[in-house]
Amino acid sequence: MANPTDYLLAVEGLTVSFDGFKAVNDLSFYVDSNEIHVIIGPNGAGKTTVLDLICGRTKASGGSIKFRNRELTAMKEHQIVTAGVGRKFQNPSIYDDLTVFENLEISYPRGRSVFGALAFKRDAAVRERVAEIAEMIFLADHLDQRAEYLSHGQKQWLEIGMLLIQDPELLMLDEPVAGMSVNERKKTAELLNRIIQNRSVLVIEHDMKFVEDIAHRVTVLHQGKILSEGSMERVKNDPKVVEVYLGH
Amino acid sequence: MTRTPNSRFFGRLDGDIAGILLLAALLIVVLPLGLDIFRLNMVGKYLTYAFVALGLVLCWGSAGILSLGQGIFFGIGGYCMAMFLKLEASSPEATKIQSTPGIPDFMDWNQLKELPWFWEPFHSLTFATVAVVAVPALLAFIVGLAMFKRRVGGVYFAIITQAFAAILTILIVGQQGYTGGINGITDLRTLKGWDIRTDEAKLVLYFVNAALLIGCILLCLYVRRSKLGRILVALRDKEDRVRFSGYDVANFKIFVFCFAAALSAVGGAMFTLQVGFMSPSFVGIVPSIEMVIYCAVGGRLSLLGAVYGTLLVNWAKTMLSESFPELWLFAMGALFIGVVMVFPNGLAGLYQQFIAPRLGRLRPRSGSGAGAPIIPPHTAAD
Repeated sequence: MANPTDYLLAVEGLTVSFDGFKAVNDLSFYVDSNEIHVIIGPNGAGKTTVLDLICGRTKASGGSIKFRNRELTAMKEHQIVTAGVGRKFQNPSIYDDLTVFENLEISYPRGRSVFGALAFKRDAAVRERVAEIAEMIFLADHLDQRAEYLSHGQKQWLEIGMLLIQDPELLMLDEPVAGMSVNERKKTAELLNRIIQNRSVLVIEHDMKFVEDIAHRVTVLHQGKILSEGSMERVKNDPKVVEVYLGH
Repeated sequence: MTRTPNSRFFGRLDGDIAGILLLAALLIVVLPLGLDIFRLNMVGKYLTYAFVALGLVLCWGSAGILSLGQGIFFGIGGYCMAMFLKLEASSPEATKIQSTPGIPDFMDWNQLKELPWFWEPFHSLTFATVAVVAVPALLAFIVGLAMFKRRVGGVYFAIITQAFAAILTILIVGQQGYTGGINGITDLRTLKGWDIRTDEAKLVLYFVNAALLIGCILLCLYVRRSKLGRILVALRDKEDRVRFSGYDVANFKIFVFCFAAALSAVGGAMFTLQVGFMSPSFVGIVPSIEMVIYCAVGGRLSLLGAVYGTLLVNWAKTMLSESFPELWLFAMGALFIGVVMVFPNGLAGLYQQFIAPRLGRLRPRSGSGAGAPIIPPHTAAD
């Protein structure tokens, strides 16, 4: 077994069962620094559950998740975020009633306690950082707009931006291009390739074209277990994968 | 960069402050000039409920936490003040006909021989004043800690607060030797020797109350304008997103619940001072729900709306009960259904939808009123 200290994220023997049904069963995988790691698999394979487990939304029944050698399974959600793990949800999860600026500002990693938030000042550093991120996610012209009125693709970018402003070391994205137009998808791939600098990204995605474009390494999940792992090329030609997933 | 977020922020500030000044002028100049002292005292009583409504705007409107037990905090605030006033009214000379002089009359009627320990500190006005805010805030903190840390929310939270309101009423009524029972604490006379029953005192108390209310509105405005205010709106929308942005969501909910409790309690204390008694009929489920209706009618997203809503509903209640007492309950029910079905954002929503655009045409940049910034234009029409 590899020494987990070498990896940014080390998931070992991870198991979770819901009423006896093992959604994730003795799963182990590793994510390196600066790696784009994609998890694919058929519906119900447990992909989203894996992200839920890492970010603390679901409690593991067994196994360990080490991030920079810190055990995440014992930490609360907000502590995991502070430790450097950011997570994007499948459906764009943004604050409809707030403006794009305010959405980004809330994710700015300062004043996260109750009284810190009361005393928080919107200073030049905050405005510059928000402007910088907005530029990156193609929303610089929409800062004053209520997030509700953004298009679906723009909402997805906004949520990615909300994660970027936290500057996490590990970014987890759940189907970032689902429901996007071809053009938007291209821009998203571009965006992901740009933000990969100095961080790792764990992505769940169905769009094989997109996966091929971005993935450094691919893990195929099936019924809560790893079916195959490696480069896209290798996974694509794995007969087991073709049978349960790609063949359809 | 023609419209930075900052310029928008200050643009909004102007509108809110203008609205508050207008309310201040109404409360401090127009009403005292236009009403006799009996009616003015009544308005003062209504305004004490506006403190509760303000708390609900933050707790329910902003953060989406519906509490059906705000009467608890209103009541405790009122009782803390009433305990001080009652002790002052129960000097040994004033109560020498009792079998135990020097204790409140209802204790004597219930065969108590000495003042219970928890009444002792209420000889001090300073202690009582601190207790008015501190006791309800502490209770809210404990309830909030127990509920929000376990992620109890929504309907379940509302039901539990309602249960607490019922429990507190039963406790007060049942322990009449310590609390005055169903009659409450009555026959309050003086505050540090100053007779609070005179017309002059009522006038002074009215102004104190109005000033406190304006102060509380400004405080609420500060909270809503802070990042904390925006986080509350955010967690109403997408609680998980806030949690996974590095915030301990429960702490924010506990804070806003305590804050609303403290506001309600200030209202309760002012109620006791202006009306001259406090009883469990202001604590239980029914008054708690009425307080929610005041807030809903005014508009749960608008601080000023909640104040106007409180005034209006109470004024209507008084008018109707004076002429057609049997109709009031039906009117109240109809009002609540109307608010839910026809204008979910209350008066403030109607103002926002119909009046503000017209004002906007007259003046290029008119204020939006203290509550309006987060009302989406279309929800008022939903």
